[in-house]
Amino acid sequence: MPPMGGPGRNARNSGPIKKPKNTKAALKRLMGYTREDRGRMVFAFICVLLSSASTLTASYMLRPIINNFISPPDGSPGDIPGLLRGLLVMAAVYLVGVAATYFQSRTMISVSQRALSRIRAELFEKMQRLPVRFFDTHTTGEVMSRYTNDVDTIGEMLNNTIVQIISGTISIVGTLCLMLYTNVWLTIVTLVMAPIMAKVGTAIAARSRRHFGAQQEALGEVNGYIEEHVTGQKVIKVFCHEDKSVEEFSELNDKLRNAQVMAQFAGGIMGPAMNAMSQVNYTLTSCVGALFCVLRGFDVGGLTVFVNFSRQFSRPINEFAQQLTIVMSALAGAERVFNVMDIEPESVSEDEKPVDNVKGDVVINDVTFGYNPDKMILKDVSIYAHPGQKIALVGSTGAGKTTITNLITRFYDIDKGEITVDGVNIENITRDSLRKNIAVVLQDTHLFTGTVMENIRYGRLDASDDEVRAAALTSSAHGFIRHLPDGYDTVLEGDGSNLSQGQRQLLNIARAALSKAPILVLDEATSSVDTMTEKHINDGMDKLMENRTTFVIAHRLSTIRNADAIMVLEHGEIIERGTHEELLAKKGRYYELYTGIKELD
Amino acid sequence: MCMQYPKGLDNKLKHYWKYIKPYGLLFIFGPLLMLTEVLGEIVLPKIMSGMINVGIVNSDPAYILGRAGLMIGFICLMIIGGVGGHYLSIKASVYFSADLRKDLFKKVQEFSFKNIDDFSTGSLVTRLTNDITQMQNLIRMSLIMAMRAPGMLIGGLIMALSINVELAKVLLYVIPCLAAAIAALLRWGFPKFGMMQKKLDALNSSIQENITNVRVVKSFVREDFEIEKFRKSNRDLMETTLNALKTVVFTMPVMMLAMNLTTLLIVWNGGQLVIGSGMQVGDLTAFTTYIVQILMSLMMLSMIIMQFSRAMASSRRIIEVLDTEVDLTDDKAAHKDAVISSGGVEFRNVCFRYYESRKENVLDNISFKIEPGETVGIIGTTGSGKTTLVQLIPRLYDVTSGEVLVDGVNVKDYSLEHLRTAVGMVLQKNVLFSGTIRDNLKWGDENATAEEIEAAAESAQAHGFVSGFTDGYETELDQGGVNVSGGQKQRLCIARALLKKPKILILDDSTSAVDTATEARIREAFKTSLKDSTKIIISQRINSVMDADKIIVLDDGRVAGMGTHEELLKTSSSYREIYSSQTDMKEVS
Repeated sequence: MPPMGGPGRNARNSGPIKKPKNTKAALKRLMGYTREDRGRMVFAFICVLLSSASTLTASYMLRPIINNFISPPDGSPGDIPGLLRGLLVMAAVYLVGVAATYFQSRTMISVSQRALSRIRAELFEKMQRLPVRFFDTHTTGEVMSRYTNDVDTIGEMLNNTIVQIISGTISIVGTLCLMLYTNVWLTIVTLVMAPIMAKVGTAIAARSRRHFGAQQEALGEVNGYIEEHVTGQKVIKVFCHEDKSVEEFSELNDKLRNAQVMAQFAGGIMGPAMNAMSQVNYTLTSCVGALFCVLRGFDVGGLTVFVNFSRQFSRPINEFAQQLTIVMSALAGAERVFNVMDIEPESVSEDEKPVDNVKGDVVINDVTFGYNPDKMILKDVSIYAHPGQKIALVGSTGAGKTTITNLITRFYDIDKGEITVDGVNIENITRDSLRKNIAVVLQDTHLFTGTVMENIRYGRLDASDDEVRAAALTSSAHGFIRHLPDGYDTVLEGDGSNLSQGQRQLLNIARAALSKAPILVLDEATSSVDTMTEKHINDGMDKLMENRTTFVIAHRLSTIRNADAIMVLEHGEIIERGTHEELLAKKGRYYELYTGIKELD
Repeated sequence: MCMQYPKGLDNKLKHYWKYIKPYGLLFIFGPLLMLTEVLGEIVLPKIMSGMINVGIVNSDPAYILGRAGLMIGFICLMIIGGVGGHYLSIKASVYFSADLRKDLFKKVQEFSFKNIDDFSTGSLVTRLTNDITQMQNLIRMSLIMAMRAPGMLIGGLIMALSINVELAKVLLYVIPCLAAAIAALLRWGFPKFGMMQKKLDALNSSIQENITNVRVVKSFVREDFEIEKFRKSNRDLMETTLNALKTVVFTMPVMMLAMNLTTLLIVWNGGQLVIGSGMQVGDLTAFTTYIVQILMSLMMLSMIIMQFSRAMASSRRIIEVLDTEVDLTDDKAAHKDAVISSGGVEFRNVCFRYYESRKENVLDNISFKIEPGETVGIIGTTGSGKTTLVQLIPRLYDVTSGEVLVDGVNVKDYSLEHLRTAVGMVLQKNVLFSGTIRDNLKWGDENATAEEIEAAAESAQAHGFVSGFTDGYETELDQGGVNVSGGQKQRLCIARALLKKPKILILDDSTSAVDTATEARIREAFKTSLKDSTKIIISQRINSVMDADKIIVLDDGRVAGMGTHEELLKTSSSYREIYSSQTDMKEVS
């Protein structure tokens, strides 16, 4: 796991078991992932049949062996060769059972692992096609828990539960038949107990679910507290707040402790209760059976066999309740996975065509946009950029600067107005080819686990090592990379946590430098680079922007002075536009911002 | 995750004894009560056979009913014992882990910055959450099984031996075989599970990476590349998992085989005994039942061992935290009662490096003196050691050599509480905690009045936007304070530090997201609200430190210049360089 598991880590234990909304549909769709392995499934099913049958047969065979060869009821002497024969047959039956069990589990794990792998792959592939809006409205933890918790429970169900339900059913039915064959009245006695057992079982389960919910809530609170306070540990130390946080933690911890005792006890009595119930069953059957022997002349051998049957009968019933919960939570998980798969991917319209040789003429024409229909972020914004021009966007947080980035790259679709590239409405350009022509450097720097080289090469996969180095030089990243333990082959882990924010930004810039896209978007790309370094990379940046249409979003106004045009955005509207000199001369908002009279934040 | 045999159990017990001791009775009576279940399971078949042998043979319904009553009595005992045993065992395990969790949390609170750096935050969180849960599960299971499995084993053995010693010799063959099989599974199966877990973790973290980096993936049109990458590791994971599970699927058949073989052997040997030596048939059937019980209990034991070896990894990680020596304490402080009154700071030949093993010093032979009440700016490029330097003042780290003095006393001689209460520090990576804004500000002073809070917020230029919120100071902040902007967060963090009324205030690049005008107002406010306090300001912007009484220029861990703005412009080339990189701003203002 990466250093921070995010909220997903404990999501498995969040809240009581949720039931699927449409059990049948979810089951059917889930089973669809085993379709390719239908042959194996049939084979496994046959194996289950065989192993259950052999267990039943073997347990019944003991009786004829004893009666016929060891101690015949008519008092005739035993038959050792016969006994050997009988045992050999029994050994054969056992062997079939063992082999069948082995092949059944072996087949089922491969069926289930293949299905899981398919589900994961499909989920991931579908996810790659989802619009950015999906990721903006769901936390990482939320999405991750589809892969971790939900896929896990599905796996658990496919691995064991299905087989157990099948073999349980077979053994219940088989035992029932044998019981009926042995004695009808005693069977009825046993059957009377079954609903009582089921009732007690579900009552305990319901009670434990309730307590379990409380436990999970308390656990969530404790884990949340731990996560927050361990993350903020350094602040705690600076404020000498250690005792206070230990005290607060103790309180939550005690609450969890009490909830845990209740919940685990409520669940824990299931075992002894069920065990006792089956012992009661055993006693009742023996007692009634014995009375039958005395009053009705039922044979003793039959009674012994029957008592064993009734024990065999109650075991799978005990397990059913438990398995049903697993199936239910697995199906609920499957449903959540399917829900993600079913989200509309980034739309593709018929008119979309790829573009080639983009010159970089970008026109934003009267664009109005809001993430929610009731709150517009951009209002009638128009920006024109000729090939090679540098356009700067300035404004306070929430003014809509980053939104423009989102629209140019078609991360979001425009509500009103249009954006054209080389005169073509971007809605008529395929997303892939549009994005290939735009290089974006974002404020939030993101790196992948892998070497520095691989991370830069993300900008252009076919770039040679030398090209990568050249890009690193352009962005001034080369200097610090050289000082890393393994240079360009240093492996970055956990989003490059061993690098400073500024260094990560330089790598991101290098990535963009490697790309040959004619349009460049720099969204606060150097916000964490110190001014000295920024000064150093300025030449590189100029080279980077050379011959590219560039949109610069910057907090530090000094970095955009030489832009061809500066747009000042406020509340989604462009309130001023012009060159640096023009805007300063105007003594308007830009002037205020630049001289620090007015607040930018 | 890899299989670890419980080595050095003594050492572990020594650690855990503290948590077992208060609940000793629970730890003893939990397993003992479980013995009633064993008793029932062993006695019930015996009574049942009596019912058949005596009751039916004598045609005595009253006897049968009596026996049935006796059985019900035993069942009641089983329920009471079973439920009680579970309750005590659960309580023992939960209380044990709650205490352990609390101590672990406490230990982490005692950690120095260096200790925190050594463990990653994520790993500490896992240790406090998952690892403790593992331990709890292990203890609960062990307590429930502790008497049950051996009880069944011994009970079964006694019963079997009492029926026929000769026949019981079968066990001599079966048990070693079974043990060998289980050992083999543990030996070869578990390492594979470790591998599987590693692959799974790797896959999950790459998914997580993909999700957080979605904009990068999409803007570089790398969806197919990512899918291909995923497919590869997904397939890899599947193969590793199958490989691991393939070993494990042997478990069931092997167990079954052992059981079956035993049954066959017993019926074969026993059958001959019945035929030849007149052994009772009923005894033969009973014998089989007990042998099955013995084998079952053996398997239960092996399950416990498996659980044990899994939990050992968790235990090791927990003990690692408990055993970590907190390398920065005030145990040896010479003047624990000393209180900082004026706030003078002096560095004398201070050298520092984070790890002893590193050759290069992060700070190299630094000496300077700050008078009480002075405002000092520290400036320098990223990595020049600015943050490191100021962190030595509240003794967040200890110097490698040299000394740091506050009010003429070595910081090591103050109690940490006195020292850190007097030093208000706003960290570069600062966090707010979930709770209201007021709760957060009160970190600075628990007993602060509403007026004091507002005054501090006013000085930090936070009062304005806070009163703009619908709920004002009662606004709930989400975890990490994500629902306020970066600049607002920084101003709240400053307000929090101001409430401490520190003698020394350190701002570590804490206004980077605040605009220059607001920042100037904050500095202006310090002149009145913190008139007598020493103020140390780290900044990227020359503007922020220009009018300081003294500016320290750091370059690669050394002092490259010290003096006022004007002096430095004359004497320090590093300073001039930084200044010129920012002069465009000056031209206008």
